[in-house]
Parts: sequence; structure tokens; C-alpha cells
Amino acid sequence: MVQITFIDSRGTARTVEGEAGSTVMETAIKNGVPEIEAECGGACACSTCHVYIEEAWREKVGEPSPMEEDMLDFAYNVQPNSRLSCQIKVREDLDGLIVRTPDRQA
Amino acid sequence: MSEPIKTDVVIVGAGPIGLFAVFELGLLDMKCHLIDILDKIGGQCAELYPEKPIYDIPGIPFTSAQGLVDALLQQIKPFNPLYHLNEMVETVEKIGDPLFRVTTDQGKVFEAKIVVIAAGGGSFQPKRPPIPGIEAYEGKSVHYAVRKMESFRDKRVLVVGGGDSALDWTLNLAPIASHLTLLHRRSEFRAAPDSVNKMMALVGDGKIDLVVGQVTALSGGDGQISKAMVKTNDGSAFEIACDALLPFFGLTMKLGPVANWGFELKNNELIPVDSAAFETSIPGIFAIGDINWYPGKLKLILSGFHEAALMAQKAYRYVYPEKRLVFQYTTSSTSLQKKLGVAPERPAAPARAAT
Ligand SMILES: Cc1cc2nc3c(=O)[nH]c(=O)nc-3n(C[C@H](O)[C@H](O)[C@H](O)COP(=O)(O)OP(=O)(O)OC[C@H]3O[C@@H](n4cnc5c(N)ncnc54)[C@H](O)[C@@H]3O)c2cc1C
Ligand code: FES
Repeated sequence: MVQITFIDSRGTARTVEGEAGSTVMETAIKNGVPEIEAECGGACACSTCHVYIEEAWREKVGEPSPMEEDMLDFAYNVQPNSRLSCQIKVREDLDGLIVRTPDRQA
Repeated sequence: MSEPIKTDVVIVGAGPIGLFAVFELGLLDMKCHLIDILDKIGGQCAELYPEKPIYDIPGIPFTSAQGLVDALLQQIKPFNPLYHLNEMVETVEKIGDPLFRVTTDQGKVFEAKIVVIAAGGGSFQPKRPPIPGIEAYEGKSVHYAVRKMESFRDKRVLVVGGGDSALDWTLNLAPIASHLTLLHRRSEFRAAPDSVNKMMALVGDGKIDLVVGQVTALSGGDGQISKAMVKTNDGSAFEIACDALLPFFGLTMKLGPVANWGFELKNNELIPVDSAAFETSIPGIFAIGDINWYPGKLKLILSGFHEAALMAQKAYRYVYPEKRLVFQYTTSSTSLQKKLGVAPERPAAPARAAT
């Protein structure tokens, strides 16, 4: 199991367990983490699973693919550390990952 | 009001389920017109995930969403359905028993014996970017679509986005606006490379401005925008003065006019139907695919296909009240095969192995 911490826009942190092979978005939805909508169910087609990757984790998580970048155009307040959480696979080496959720999804 | 188009069936929505309905209705000799607000055929499959794989269409282990739409188009071709794209169905009124008047936002009027609502998750409409207070300017100085280019003459126009709509309108409005700024959050564009090159040429000639950044707030008064606050990726902030803002943030599905057609909606978004014929509370109006609800409903393409087949059986009784419906297979019925344009002149004798 991989621990992932979601910090919401008001600063409340929730740490939940993710399963390797699933996605960060699925982990959030399964555990009822707020501020992630994921309207399209993870198809990289809606951009309502937008998160900010905590600085220390950016390198390990990696950069978005060109398709994800295109979808990020539809998100609000995109930052250099923005990612779509449905496009991040949970891996053992991401144990302890911290992401922040935006106050609104597009 | 224009002269009504008379037909057997009007189908609201040209998603996969509306398309397959043409097939099932066509086999039973009912002629269809399809209306969709999108500029393309295929609903969610074509608009949201054309390149993504689908694995659960019976008998087709794998296809892409666009591949499925293309195959459906081929399958229904023998029935020559008529498409009315870029049009939103606004009203559906009962004017006979059953006979319906259907009108679109483009002023088209249809008279149909049957209406099939295959409206999916609702009509696709432009996404409102979550810029605080943007609602106050909508319709007056913030526009999600361009209806009349002339209304932007000699105005300072700010276009936001990096896709085809943003680039197309940048190119079209550049000669009309007094000043045009294209704002995008990064320096890569999703739009067609040709449009990007043309846009870059205009920037090079000093005809338009290209700014990399994102809108954070708007100011103005009485619905009239005067400037947009913009933040760049390195955190610096500045203002862009403008008279009109055109944000292009893609499309989202909103229920839309379906809400006003007299149905008691389930959860404010789904049309209840019976699960024998998928007919609504108004006899002669059917609802199939993602838009309907009945106990056990699954929002799957295969379920919608099933609904289309059963719907057509009941629809036949309204369109041809005097005729008796005979159940037939496409495999063996020459009359169905004739409709499909596949009937052999003379059934070929099965090949026999010599003994
Ligand atoms: C990312 C993603 C992946 C999916 N994967 C699968 C899968 O693997 N298998 C599966 O079975 N399903 C899948 N689905 C669901 C599937 O796409 C839907 O069940 C299907 O598209 C429903 O078809 P439909 O024809 O009922 O509606 P839609 O495809 O939603 O089409 C409805 C059309 O009606 C139009 N419309 C609505 N109201 C009006 C109006 N008033 N006037 C004019 N036009 C109107 C809309 O613009 C739209 O084009 C997926 C969906 C998504 C988003
Ligand atoms: S869930 Fe839709 S893009 Fe991630």
C-alpha cells in the first residue's frame, strides 16, 4: 500500500492508502477526498481531477504527457506543478506523496 | 416561422444511440431526421474521447470511440437519415395524436409522428471558465461563441485558449477588431498547425498580440468588461484592457432545453421511461441512451442499443397503426435485406464439396 496525502484548498490534510497500479484520482474518489470531481472517469477528457504536486515530489511524479498538457488547458489556475490526477499511476516509490487540490475544478 | 419539415421520426441527439435508432427504425420503414447541437456526429464518443478504446461492444473486442461512430454511420447509410448539425432542439410540443412540433434555435420546424430523445448527458455547451464574477458579463461582453463577427468591429478583443476555436476566431476577428490579444497559458497550442502558423505570422507582423498567461479576474461595470487581470507562469501580474472577452475552454454537457419539455425528471436530469418500450410519460415520445432512467438502468452503449430496438417496435404502432408488425431476422428476411441494400438478386446456391 502507498500512502497519499491530499491537502484541500483550506489546508485540511487527508492521508489515504492507494493501491499500486491504480491512479491518484481513483484513490481520491474511492476515499471520498473532496475537490476532485473526475467527471470523465479518468479518460483524460475533462480536467476536473486537477491537482498540484508538492514541490518535493515533482521530479519523482514526472511531467504531463502532451495529451495531458492539452487537457490542462481547460483547467483553472494551472501552475507549473499542475497535473491531472487520473494520469498519475500509484507506484511503490510514490509512498508518502503529497498533492494539493484546487478550490475549484473547471 | 419556416415551412415545417414533415417526417416519421425526429431524433434529438446524434450520439451512438441516436444513430443506432436510425437503423432499428429504418428496418421498420420509419424515416428519421437527427438534430444535434454539435458540429459533428457521434455525441460523447466523437466529442470527448474519439481516440480512446472501447472494449465492451458485443462482438467487437476492441474499437476506438470514433471507430464505433464511423461503423454506425456505415451501418445506417442505407436508411439515408438527414442530419441537422449545429442546431439545438428548443421545444417539443404535442399537436396531434401523436404528432409533434419540434423547433430548433436556428428557426427550423419539424412535424414528426414520433420523437426520440437520445440526448445523452444533455447538449454540449461551452464551458464557463471559473473566473470569479464572469457571469455578470456573459452575453454582453463575454461571449462563448461568435454569432455575428460585425459586433466586434473596432473593439478591443481578448481571446483566451489554445485550441481550434480560439485560433479560428483569432484569425477571423483580427482584421475586424481594433486590437486583438490572444492569451494562452503556455506557448504550445493544440490547434491545427496551419492555424498556429497563420496566427504566428500575424504576431510577427505586429497585427495581434500573443500573451502567455491566465485570466484571474475581470473588472468593468454593468455587464461591460473593461479589463482582465492576467497572471503569468512566473507569478507576475498585469492587466489587459479589452471591450470583449472570448474564452474557449472546451465543451461540457448541460441538460439544456430537455428540462422544459414537460417530464418529471429523475434527479433533475434523467427522463423516466418504461422498460418495455422506453416510452416517456408522453405517448409517442421515447427516451433512449444516457438520458433515460428506469430501474436497473446502466449508462452503457450496449444498453442504449437494446433500448433502440425495443423502442422501434412500439414506434411502428404509432406510425403504421393499420399494419401488423412481423418479427424478422436480418439474416434471413429478404425484405429486410432489400432495405439494407444487401439482398441478392437470386439466393446463391451453397457451395458443395464434390463427393
Ligand atoms: C471518457 C468516456 C469513456 C466511456 N467509455 C465507455 C465504454 O467503454 N463503454 C460504454 O458502453 N460506454 C462508455 N462511455 C459512455 C458512452 O459514451 C455513453 O453511454 C454514450 O455516449 C451515450 O450515448 P447517447 O447517444 O445516449 O448520448 P451522447 O453520446 O451523450 O449524445 C447525445 C447528443 O445529444 C445532443 N443533444 C442533447 N440535447 C440536445 C438538444 N436539445 N438539441 C440538440 N442536440 C442535443 C448532444 O449534443 C450529444 O451530441 C464512456 C463515456 C466517456 C465520457
Ligand atoms: S478524470 Fe477527467 S481528466 Fe482526469
